[in-house]
Amino acid sequence: MYKKLLATILGLNIAVAAQATPSLEEMWTLIQQQQAEITQLKAEVSSTEERITQTEVKTEATFAAVEEVTAGPVAKLADWADKTSIGGYGELHYNNLSSDNSTESKDEMDLHRFVVFFGHQFNDDLRFFSELEVEHSLVKDTDDGSNDGEVEIEQAFVEWDYTQNHRAKAGVFLLPTGIINETHEPETFYGVERNPVEKNIIPATWWEGGMMLSGEIAEGFSYDAGVHSGLFIDPNDGKSKIRDGRQKVSKAKADDLAYTGRLKYTGMPGLELAATVQYQSDVWQGDTFAGEEEADATLWELHGIYNHGPFGLRALYAHWDIDDVIESVKAGADEQEGFYIEPSYRLTEKLGFFARYSEWDNQASDSSDTEKRQYDIGLNYWLDDHVVLKADYMQEDAEGGEPELHGFNLGVGWSF
Amino acid sequence: MALLLAIALFFSGAVFSTAVLGKGVYQTTPEFITDVFSPEESQQEYLWLTPELKASAGDIMKHSVRGLRVRYWRLGVKTAWVMEEIGKELPITIGVVINQGSVEQVKILAFRESRGWEVRYPAFTAQYLGAQMTPDKKMDTHVDGITGATLSVRAVTKIATLALFYHQEVIAAQDKSSQNKLLQSKLSQNKETSPLVTETP
Repeated sequence: MYKKLLATILGLNIAVAAQATPSLEEMWTLIQQQQAEITQLKAEVSSTEERITQTEVKTEATFAAVEEVTAGPVAKLADWADKTSIGGYGELHYNNLSSDNSTESKDEMDLHRFVVFFGHQFNDDLRFFSELEVEHSLVKDTDDGSNDGEVEIEQAFVEWDYTQNHRAKAGVFLLPTGIINETHEPETFYGVERNPVEKNIIPATWWEGGMMLSGEIAEGFSYDAGVHSGLFIDPNDGKSKIRDGRQKVSKAKADDLAYTGRLKYTGMPGLELAATVQYQSDVWQGDTFAGEEEADATLWELHGIYNHGPFGLRALYAHWDIDDVIESVKAGADEQEGFYIEPSYRLTEKLGFFARYSEWDNQASDSSDTEKRQYDIGLNYWLDDHVVLKADYMQEDAEGGEPELHGFNLGVGWSF
Repeated sequence: MALLLAIALFFSGAVFSTAVLGKGVYQTTPEFITDVFSPEESQQEYLWLTPELKASAGDIMKHSVRGLRVRYWRLGVKTAWVMEEIGKELPITIGVVINQGSVEQVKILAFRESRGWEVRYPAFTAQYLGAQMTPDKKMDTHVDGITGATLSVRAVTKIATLALFYHQEVIAAQDKSSQNKLLQSKLSQNKETSPLVTETP
């Protein structure tokens, strides 16, 4: 009985052992199967890695191509539209001025300037630029030719960079003199109206037709030198003021040309120092008056701008020395000069205050009192870098019984 | 007389044209990057522009930002960016180096316009050194401008501010990634030291 039981137990154990432990052949088969699976998995991993690498290469190439199309400098200048620029500026003024010593007053709302810029870049070194302006909103056809407004082309020139740091332009351009003559977008200066010294003495805004060379001659130093059409201060029409001589390149008399040179220093942040000399061969442009045939003139202009932190300062002096023969038209007109000084303070990024003292005389060599002065105080509020609201109070002080206006001005200006 | 002067100036331009003045390419991007990280080597990486990033970048640039990603170079907490922005009409190529959230260098690599080139002077670009970004994504440093080159100055300021913003995003992403790795590491350690009891007693 005991032996039978033992044999049964042993038989069961052998059977169980036979089921749990494979034979050598079975083991070898199992190993081979696993080896085959490992080899297949390795191949799949290798293939996947290769696909990932290829995908990365393709992705890189795709992004490079997309970037080239969407952001590359070549793409930015790729077509005509990208080479052509449109911009402009404008300013609306409200003047509320009266006079204590005369009946003169000025209460008006005026879209003083509406300007459109068009430019085109022919290639990296050659471009065209133009400025078309409508002044005082309206130009109308009247029987007597009188008109409130004007349509003017103040700039229309082709500019060529003939070397890396020198360029030449030909056409109609703003003369390189004064502070606001070349840069006069409304958000770039204080005061609703432009300052009277540059208006009456320089005279801004002043453009002529001709040729100009410009460039950088040393770090911070730049020059302009040009030959262009000149002023025509018609003596037979009783004109003597410099501002009356602007011909605006409209069938301009060009019997005698003018020459302008400027040296400017802008090598230090916030600082600009500049000096301009201009020679007019004959501001009568060949006309004869009182037996005289010629009246040459020379302009000397100096200015400085300094901005540091919130503080700003602008100062300008301009002097015309005209041939004495012009005194036969108006006594003292052979010397015309003026200066202004304008401190300012930027209280915040958006709000700035200024004060300005201006003094000028279009008959400066005469002993009679012909000098004018103007005091301005006001603020600019920039809604954006290119949009400004302005308000100021002004007081004129004129000698010789001239009307003295005082009052406030409001304005809004923009550029883009 | 004036005509002679003009002719002399014209030819003087040709003579002086070899000087590094006026417009042109002053330094290539590879040269700039080598200078910035020398003697060590930086890693070139990309910042992907998500819609949120593009919106913030657009606020800084005051116009929409194009592209899918921005290339930059990095070594530790120092990043270098080479980006372009139009001054008046043509793009200015500007290199900006940010180190630990502050501007370490601003350099004009290429200037293509015929005016406003003063922005490349070291006296001008030095004003950006040490500038940081405020919480409302503006630069905390005032920069004195250049009369008549307002648009060029604005372009450089915008790019410097954008580089500060991008740098901030890159570092923030790195910090987040580091935190995740640390968290995963801690979880892994916890598993090893405190194995889960699964056996039924």
